[in-house]
Amino acid sequence: MRDTFRSVRVEAVVLRHSDWGEADRLLTLYTRQLGKTRAIVKGARKITSRKAGHLEPFTQVRLQLARGRDLFIVTQADAIESYLPLREDLILTGHASYVIELLDRFTYEDEIENLTLFRLLTDTLSRLASKSDPWLALRYYEIRLLDNLGFRPKLFECANCGREIRPEDQFFSFSAGGVICPTCGKGLPNLSSISMETLKYLRHFQRSSYADASRARASLEARVEQGRSIRKEAESLMQGYFTYLLERELNTPGFLKQVRG
Amino acid sequence: MLLPEPIQKLINAFERLPGIGPKSASRLAFYLLRAPEDVAQDLSEALNGLKDKIAFCEECFNITEAGHPRCEVCENPKRDSAVICVVEEALDVLALERVGAYNGKYHVLHGVLSPIEGVGPDDIKIKPLIERVARGGVKEIILATNPSMEGDATALYLQQQLRPHKIQVTRLARGLPVGGDLEYADQNTLLRALSGRQEMS
Ligand SMILES: [Zn+2]
Ligand SMILES: [Zn+2]
Repeated sequence: MRDTFRSVRVEAVVLRHSDWGEADRLLTLYTRQLGKTRAIVKGARKITSRKAGHLEPFTQVRLQLARGRDLFIVTQADAIESYLPLREDLILTGHASYVIELLDRFTYEDEIENLTLFRLLTDTLSRLASKSDPWLALRYYEIRLLDNLGFRPKLFECANCGREIRPEDQFFSFSAGGVICPTCGKGLPNLSSISMETLKYLRHFQRSSYADASRARASLEARVEQGRSIRKEAESLMQGYFTYLLERELNTPGFLKQVRG
Repeated sequence: MLLPEPIQKLINAFERLPGIGPKSASRLAFYLLRAPEDVAQDLSEALNGLKDKIAFCEECFNITEAGHPRCEVCENPKRDSAVICVVEEALDVLALERVGAYNGKYHVLHGVLSPIEGVGPDDIKIKPLIERVARGGVKEIILATNPSMEGDATALYLQQQLRPHKIQVTRLARGLPVGGDLEYADQNTLLRALSGRQEMS
């Protein structure tokens, strides 16, 4: 795949940026055409740079990339969607950063197109920016991301014995990648518990469109106390699973905890 | 070919600096190897002096010469203590001082909040700023973090933390294009940004 073109036009979401050399910036991008890649923006830190404005994290841009000696160089940049609300609210900034962090940690620079993943990313950022329920947007994103990356958790049959899961409280195994029935759960180490209620929502997200999944919100809101504990259980279970798969702590959950005080 | 240890050590040290990759690190190391004796001598003396002779102001965390607990700005009785301009790095103080239009004091955060890199409020000098404000006498805080995602996040957090203190909080933003670095702004741009600062709602 490499060196097949000198210059290419891509649609991309800026994942991260860092200072590079004198006044340049190094971007980590998730592109529609080439998956994850990195590119240099010359002079981006000069305050008069016109390109720089579009190249902040979370923004969706159209870029012209030229292949440099080691890295792509951005020769042109136009904003498609800047998702401004994500930068105007600290908690939303934290949520959007979580979305970006997961994608960045799970993907490699392989120059392989993954349209589903690109769409999932932009859809999730749009959902967060349009102030829809962040819990819903994030859990749906997590489940879909796992699907796409080949870590789809087994939620319908026991990940140990294969029997169909019955409507009762269960266990969850990070190493087996799914739900463990109460019978198998007795003899296995390192399991998390998962209530039947929480499992119902995760299953629902795994097989539904986002529109269908969002209908779950009403039932969560209706049962105030229980709804809150379901949200909490699902969030910590998914974060535990991601931490296990990545073999290291994620940065953004800790950040959110700190700024929420 | 394996490089002799002293030069490999120098290359490794350069590589840890921001914006320097393996290639630049090797280039710098080999340059110093070839260069006249005094080039390396001056560099090593400057590096040694950096940690011994420079300290941080105990009030605003700007750089100061060792032995001086407070920086030049804080020591100057003509500077207005009721206004504090909050910046990311000491370099930004230099940029604003060059303009010469600002008569208040500073607070250097030594970084910005970054959720993805895991930089939280406790990792930069936010608490000392809140304590400074709590001691009283401050009327306005100008948030002059860079117009970037991280600079915005930092400004939002500071605004939230300063709210109970009922002081005016403004953001140095107008005239500064998004994504740029304060450190690189020309004097006119900074001047315009300073006079056009806006209250954060
Ligand atoms: Zn089983
Ligand atoms: Zn000082």
